[in-house]
Amino acid sequence: MSCFISKYADELAKNAAYIGTPGKGILAADESTGTIGKRLSSINVENIEENRRALRELLFTAPGALQYLSGVILFEETLYQKTASGKPFVDVLKEGGVLPGIKVDKGTVELNGTNGETFTQGLDGLAQRCQKYYDAGARFAKWRAVLKIGPNEPSELAIQENANGLAMYAAICQQCGLVPIVEPEILVDGPHDIKKCAEVTERVLAACYKSLNDHHVMLEGTLLKPNMVTPGSDSPKVAPEVIAEYTVRALQRTVPAAVPAIVFLSGGQSEEEATLNLNAMNKLQTKKPWSLSFSFGRALQQSTLKAWAGKEENLKKAQDALLVRCKANSEATLGTYKGDANLGEGAAESLHVKDYKY
Amino acid sequence: MIVNSVNGESMENALRACCKGIKIGKILIHREGEDNGQQIFQNQSMLRQCRAVAEAEAIVKDVAETELHSPPTGVCSFGFAHIIHLSSSPTLTMSAFVGKYAEELIKNAKYIATPGKGILAADESTGTIGKRLSSISVENIESNRQALRQLLFTSPNALSYLSGVILFEETLYQKTSDGKPFVEVLEENNVIPGIKVDKGTVEIAGTNGETTTQGFDSLGARCQQYYKAGARFAKWRSVLKIGPNEPSELSIQQNAQGLARYAIICQENGLVPIVEPEVLTDGPHDIQKCAAVTETVLAAVYKALNEHHVLLEGTLLKPNMVTPGSDSPKVAPELVAQYTVTALRRTVPPAVPGIVFLSGGQSEEEATLNLDAMNKLEVLKPWTLSFSFGRALQQSTLKTWGGKKENVGKAQEAFLSRCKANSEATLGKYGGGSAGGLASESLFVKGYKY
Repeated sequence: MSCFISKYADELAKNAAYIGTPGKGILAADESTGTIGKRLSSINVENIEENRRALRELLFTAPGALQYLSGVILFEETLYQKTASGKPFVDVLKEGGVLPGIKVDKGTVELNGTNGETFTQGLDGLAQRCQKYYDAGARFAKWRAVLKIGPNEPSELAIQENANGLAMYAAICQQCGLVPIVEPEILVDGPHDIKKCAEVTERVLAACYKSLNDHHVMLEGTLLKPNMVTPGSDSPKVAPEVIAEYTVRALQRTVPAAVPAIVFLSGGQSEEEATLNLNAMNKLQTKKPWSLSFSFGRALQQSTLKAWAGKEENLKKAQDALLVRCKANSEATLGTYKGDANLGEGAAESLHVKDYKY
Repeated sequence: MIVNSVNGESMENALRACCKGIKIGKILIHREGEDNGQQIFQNQSMLRQCRAVAEAEAIVKDVAETELHSPPTGVCSFGFAHIIHLSSSPTLTMSAFVGKYAEELIKNAKYIATPGKGILAADESTGTIGKRLSSISVENIESNRQALRQLLFTSPNALSYLSGVILFEETLYQKTSDGKPFVEVLEENNVIPGIKVDKGTVEIAGTNGETTTQGFDSLGARCQQYYKAGARFAKWRSVLKIGPNEPSELSIQQNAQGLARYAIICQENGLVPIVEPEVLTDGPHDIQKCAAVTETVLAAVYKALNEHHVLLEGTLLKPNMVTPGSDSPKVAPELVAQYTVTALRRTVPPAVPGIVFLSGGQSEEEATLNLDAMNKLEVLKPWTLSFSFGRALQQSTLKTWGGKKENVGKAQEAFLSRCKANSEATLGKYGGGSAGGLASESLFVKGYKY
């Protein structure tokens, strides 16, 4: 076989397919300590372990929310945390029919000689770490590669390095029983139009799938987490139907049918924008052999965070806000979202941060 | 001043930046076929939407005299319209080249991929058809070549099962004995004429008999000629082999790049390129080896097509089926189907409308049964699976004809029978039973060149 058949092959295919269940998606709650610190400080909450734990408990125990999720991506610290009553988060998720996932990359570093382009590190000892995470209950992993659009970017070097890194990470994950989410994020920063974003996205995805093939990765046991195809952040916005058309076409041209699901990143879109765009994609009458779902971080948590503001008395309000977004995005994966979700404070707020690092 | 531009949105920003206070009215042109014709762009200063540049010009002239005297907010009135056309081909910003033939290419590729239809590969070069004719003791002269193709193209009802026929250059310009051009015979029966454009293979020095395909010289000009003569698709055969050290990375890269370059040149000139990376069956390898090689080759091909900006929606793929090597025991059609479809699902983007298999030495019946098994497979297939058969459509027909006029009727019946069987196979509805003894005869020729 062109792909390496790991002893976990059937399990990988099963889990990847499950994560792509129509009506479900992923909550990306894997903010590193530094990044979650920024979130917490935006609501005047101190960045200590207890607060980080409290926030995640709020999310994972939100009544009714887990049914709309097939997976949650965790940061390493969170993988080993428990609820206040002593139940491991991993168990809470499993009992709710949600697969625990783990962020395994170690952030980006600049590529010398480029104009601020990066590659992602984290391959050292990755196999051992993955085995540990599998033992702790994780069943999928995530690794974020970052590319940018500029006059000379992304360069061929950046594309190749990031595609290669993603493929190596993916192959190692599969050997250790973790479904690799392949995330080649093309940042939205810039004045370019949607066609430019489409061109770059197609080029990057083609390189990724060539690399995955070179590295003998079993596509049936992977997921893709791409950016949606949109105009740059300094360009006028376009309708969700346009985003849907360009995005799905880019995926049709590059993502083989063997990939069971595509779970979009929200990349600075507001909660409502991200949901509307996802919904438009699922309404599109065209060939889509993979399910189209979400792997949202900010676009699922923004209103929740604001509603919580770090105060225990706001717990219910915050959890209600999360439920609203989960349900809305669940409907979006089915193309049935009517845009009538009670917009919590901040749901329409842009979450774009220039040159976002996390 | 009216500007016809593809990058209207970014142009608007630039205009507003350098012409403070400018009033801009917009007309959206979205062409059918390029984008499902279904978008509705929401923009409050949009005047109108229409389908073509000419329409937009008409609207402007009309509007300049009427509406602009009481324009919507943000649009000023002016007495004359000055129309400027900027480049309408966004080649720099699209991953795929969208030239003037884009819509036609997409339409033709889709038509060829119609379920229930397939391609007759009748493009044997003069040398190769000579071998066929000599196998039935017929002299290899032009009139015999013409007679054979006439037999095929005028077979009653056979054309209804075909969406395309690949021709050799000589045949493109031939006529029936009544003087009707073959191209017209095909067109009248809704069969798209295609043309073989490669010029055979040559060995790559330093390899163990691996080859690359030639034919680039004046390819663009030749394609234009063929288009004028009525061809609407082309075919280029690349060949790879399986061995202890084959296919080599060099051979894979050379052939993938060659296919991609050929493909873009075709699209520039209005011909749908059939991309054919044939992995030969020769050898003692098992089906898993064939699968691994096929997947590696196809991944390289689609990477190359992406690099060369080929519009996938306007292409077709003609791959080998995934089978054990010719020196290995045969396996059931269901297994061939499973390995083949898995390989394709792992490598062929959904944007490709159809996959038309080569028969590569399989007997007529084998090829049909395998194709049928693939279409019966209960798994998601975002492209249609059909046939582009040469030998596996013509073998019984040839033998039945034997070069004799009195056998034409019977030969045409044999041909109809195979066409119908393969049509059913594309729908997963083949019931077997159109296998005469001839249909089960293996057509494998070691190291096949044509």
